[in-house]
Amino acid sequence: MSESEKVKSLILEIIGDIAPDEDLSAVDPAVRLRDQLDLDSMDFLDIVMELRKRHQIEVPEADYMRLATLDGCVEYLGPKLQARLSA
Amino acid sequence: MSLALPRVVMTGIGLTSPNGNDLATFRKNLLAGVSGVRPWETRFLGNVIAGVCDFDELRYQKKKELRRGTRAGSVAIYCAQEAVKSSGIDWASVNKEKVGVYVGITEHGNVETENEIASLRGYNDDTRYWSHHHNPRTVANNPAGEVTLNMGITGPHYCIGAACAAGNLGVVQGMQMLQLGIVDIALAGGVSESVRTFGIFASFKAQGALAVHEDPTKASRPFDKARNGIVVSEGGCLYQLERLDDAIKRGAHIICEIAGYAMNSDAVDFVLPDTGGQIRCMKSAIAHAGLKAGDIDLISTHATATPQGDIQECAAIRQVFAGNAKVRINNTKSFIGHAMGAAGALELAGNLPSFVDGLVHPTINVDELDPECAFEGLVVGKPVKVPRIDTILNNSFGMLGINSTLIVKRYVSSSEKS
Repeated sequence: MSESEKVKSLILEIIGDIAPDEDLSAVDPAVRLRDQLDLDSMDFLDIVMELRKRHQIEVPEADYMRLATLDGCVEYLGPKLQARLSA
Repeated sequence: MSLALPRVVMTGIGLTSPNGNDLATFRKNLLAGVSGVRPWETRFLGNVIAGVCDFDELRYQKKKELRRGTRAGSVAIYCAQEAVKSSGIDWASVNKEKVGVYVGITEHGNVETENEIASLRGYNDDTRYWSHHHNPRTVANNPAGEVTLNMGITGPHYCIGAACAAGNLGVVQGMQMLQLGIVDIALAGGVSESVRTFGIFASFKAQGALAVHEDPTKASRPFDKARNGIVVSEGGCLYQLERLDDAIKRGAHIICEIAGYAMNSDAVDFVLPDTGGQIRCMKSAIAHAGLKAGDIDLISTHATATPQGDIQECAAIRQVFAGNAKVRINNTKSFIGHAMGAAGALELAGNLPSFVDGLVHPTINVDELDPECAFEGLVVGKPVKVPRIDTILNNSFGMLGINSTLIVKRYVSSSEKS
């Protein structure tokens, strides 16, 4: 699995726990998550919390918008995950 | 002061109890002597005895709603949806702006706070891991508010905090809002999820008021000489209430009419009940209903199986109902334990079928009746058939000396009267 696929899988795993009624099999990585899934601001805070709990990644409020799409997540979280793994 | 207020009736019932998730099952088990109390494990204390509900949470909620909301919210949603369904109303055409949700609670937020603190321990008490869900989960209107979110109700909603008198008070609040014209439909009663906190068990234990028994089904034993305390339970019961005229207009099945009520305070003790306050409360309710003590056919007691509390309620009943030889007396906590904020509403619900079947469900677990709790009309062990039940008086008392008595009566239509 490529690095970007790993990040996507990690995010989808979190979303699957936060929004268990959603079908995540056809999420378009280029489209805003909130435009294709029933997610609201509280869910988004859940994603941030789960990144902190499961992967020790802090996402400052100013960067929240960078997690709007799966592609955005890969771009933003990929280096952070790499940095954590190599630390 | 006397006001000509609209009459209010019950037209729907939704409930979940440790021994039944609908009125028919609940009633069947009350008549058959089936307890809903069982072993239960709680944080820190380990094995305790409790009444726990097993309703289908996913009948009316999505998995995400369950994850985000509270157990009290789920209990309330289940009860509200079931109440509306049982009322036969065309819910889609109801003006949701004129629906009110009034939910009695003993307390709220302890479950979520305990869970959050336990979770925080896993992160070295670092508050960055404290959930953003904590506040919406623990605000005092949470269970009622979750009902409005789930059902698209845009009228008023709030919870009535009234210790173990709360179930009755929820119904009273709903009735009053209907009479004032604030709402056209009230979903009203009480809920409790408190078996999911260790604190309530630990506190009753520290107070020497937590029931213990080798057989959980026999642990809740009001009026029995060997009673030794309370069985904590969860549950919920919400009624659909409507003004009588509205109910008649839509051809609703009318379960009963709310005849009267009273609420007062002992102003005596934080936790101990007071016979004097209970006497005043029952007398006030009977007067409010325009009845006399001799008119009451059935008393649904509050008795929780604490040694002193049962005696005090019995003394109060003895004084108020002296000379009423026909009155029957029973207790629902012997089956399900003490459902706290739900108790008043739930215990009344189990008795409402008496208007139709003429049966009075018993009090179970009375192996040796405490002479201080002895009444001629106390129904013990097995149901009794009576010629007719026209009025039911329902007691619910709580900590800080809060008392409530709710009286309902058989609804007799004008055509039946003539």
